[in-house]
Amino acid sequence: MDLALVLIQTLNAIQYGLLLFLVASGLTLVFGVMGVINLAHGSFYMMGAYLAFTLSSLTGNLFVTIILGTLLSVVLGAVLEWALYSHLYQRNHLQQVLLTYGLMLIFEEMRSVLVDNAVHSVEVPAWANFSVPLGSVMTYPAYRLFMSVICLAVALGLYVLIQRTKVGARIRAGASNRSMVQILGINIDWLYRLVFALGVGLAAFAGMINAPASSVSPGMGSQVLIVSFVVVIVGGIGSVQGAMLASLLIAFADTFSKVLIPDYAGVAIYVVMAGILLWRPEGLFKS
Amino acid sequence: MSSLVKSRSRAALIALFFLMLAGFPLLDQPFYTELVTRVMILSMFAISLDLLVGYTGLISFGHAAWFGLGGYVFALLGTKYHVTNSLWLTLPAAVLVTASTAFMIGLFVLRTRGMFFIMVTLAFAQIFYFLFHDVKALGGSSDGMNLRGKPSAALGPWVPFELSNTETLYYFVMILMAALLLLMTLLLRSPLGCALQGIRENEHRMEAIGFPVFRYKLAAFTIAGGLAGLAGYLFAVLNSAVNPEMLSWHQSADVLLILILGGMGQLWGGLIGAFTFVLLQELLSSFTKLWHLWLGVTIVLVVLLLPGGMISLSERINSLWQGRRT
Repeated sequence: MDLALVLIQTLNAIQYGLLLFLVASGLTLVFGVMGVINLAHGSFYMMGAYLAFTLSSLTGNLFVTIILGTLLSVVLGAVLEWALYSHLYQRNHLQQVLLTYGLMLIFEEMRSVLVDNAVHSVEVPAWANFSVPLGSVMTYPAYRLFMSVICLAVALGLYVLIQRTKVGARIRAGASNRSMVQILGINIDWLYRLVFALGVGLAAFAGMINAPASSVSPGMGSQVLIVSFVVVIVGGIGSVQGAMLASLLIAFADTFSKVLIPDYAGVAIYVVMAGILLWRPEGLFKS
Repeated sequence: MSSLVKSRSRAALIALFFLMLAGFPLLDQPFYTELVTRVMILSMFAISLDLLVGYTGLISFGHAAWFGLGGYVFALLGTKYHVTNSLWLTLPAAVLVTASTAFMIGLFVLRTRGMFFIMVTLAFAQIFYFLFHDVKALGGSSDGMNLRGKPSAALGPWVPFELSNTETLYYFVMILMAALLLLMTLLLRSPLGCALQGIRENEHRMEAIGFPVFRYKLAAFTIAGGLAGLAGYLFAVLNSAVNPEMLSWHQSADVLLILILGGMGQLWGGLIGAFTFVLLQELLSSFTKLWHLWLGVTIVLVVLLLPGGMISLSERINSLWQGRRT
């Protein structure tokens, strides 16, 4: 591999890692704060992508699409939490797994009814539709760079929200000791609804912003779900910083194994995970 | 006295059930004979998982790995590498390979608990999924493999039975399922079975009174893996094909679902669940293309309204009935 190729793959890995973080951070928060295993989380990513596909053909503007889509998803998240997920907190993990698996099947089928089962693409906005030269022969699409910057900004925003604000302190408190938060008189119902809606919004946002850079396809939800699980395990349940580090680690392992050992690329991230679990059984940052 | 009556009526019920099951192929409906064969295989798969989930309290979300591995052992030995197609060699090989692989993976995953265990088993199952999806030497392809034929039961020149006959395969699976139910009954009454149920109730206490909890869990994980391998072997034989979907996490979720539908930690739960699941699947797909939607709705309703599974229905109805009388 020459330098330019390494550079391109590094950029790809960073972009994939940041995207993964947006999906996995919601998953790890819902795990950590509410103690719920949410198999339908990948569906929110898929929904985001299909929302981008549908809305962008209506509005014709990616920016409007993303704002509108994110708002819709946050509302959907709050409604779902109120109607279904709030009944799961007292249940055991097995029932959580099954109920959310059922939801995932429903969301996938709704997608095939409301849109279809075909693979779609979303147009890259004209102002970002050019390539940046890298070295003498290689180029890199500008939209992907733009996407990385936006994802990084959202990730930083999330970091500030969690680490520097009062709400964030409550979320962190909820992740480390749930019953104590309740005893202290914090309205846990609203905190849960907020965290869940935030997670749905982030996943859908990731799906929307990634739609122009790759394709919009039926299987995308469950694929990203499993990788996000790996990120959550590696990072440590409930840790947003852990999710960040783990997302990048997994993204680099995945991207470079696809170039170096294509036959075993599917296995690579799981091997990395196994290695890290041997070293730290509760993930990099245990909460 | 009442328990004697209960156990007698229970025995009669079981005898009646197997009599009906044994008589079923006489109706001469090859499609349904095959369907019930599939139900029995799935119930064996579910029962093997019940040993972990229902009796030991280990929620494995990667059980399909052993199911698929059992099928692939037969596919690789019989079709891909032409080693042998003999039933008497490939079946024990499938069970042994899956059990020993489960043992090795168990050494690793059983160090984690609770939520981590669920996700780590899922992730390990993904490794096997991708191996059989991508690696050419293992027959890796998204379409899987068509098998050369059913395993041969020949012992030298003597051929006791032919599994290519639908009814013979049906009875072969039925006998294995009955044997599995018997084995599970004995296992659950044995010191090992009691220790496993103790671990389910309170792992720390078991540890404190001196039980080597890890070893017991490993034993359960190994046995459950081997039995799932057996079910997967039979599934591959029934379909004359294997594919990576056998190891996918959807398959792992489906078998958990079968267990929940039937009622976990109940010997017959797996069987009832498998019947319910396959009937549901057939019924829903016969009148709607969107059967996944209705399956999803059913799952959500069952989890919210009937957490004990179908087997708890009779108790529920009983208590309702008694509530009305008093």
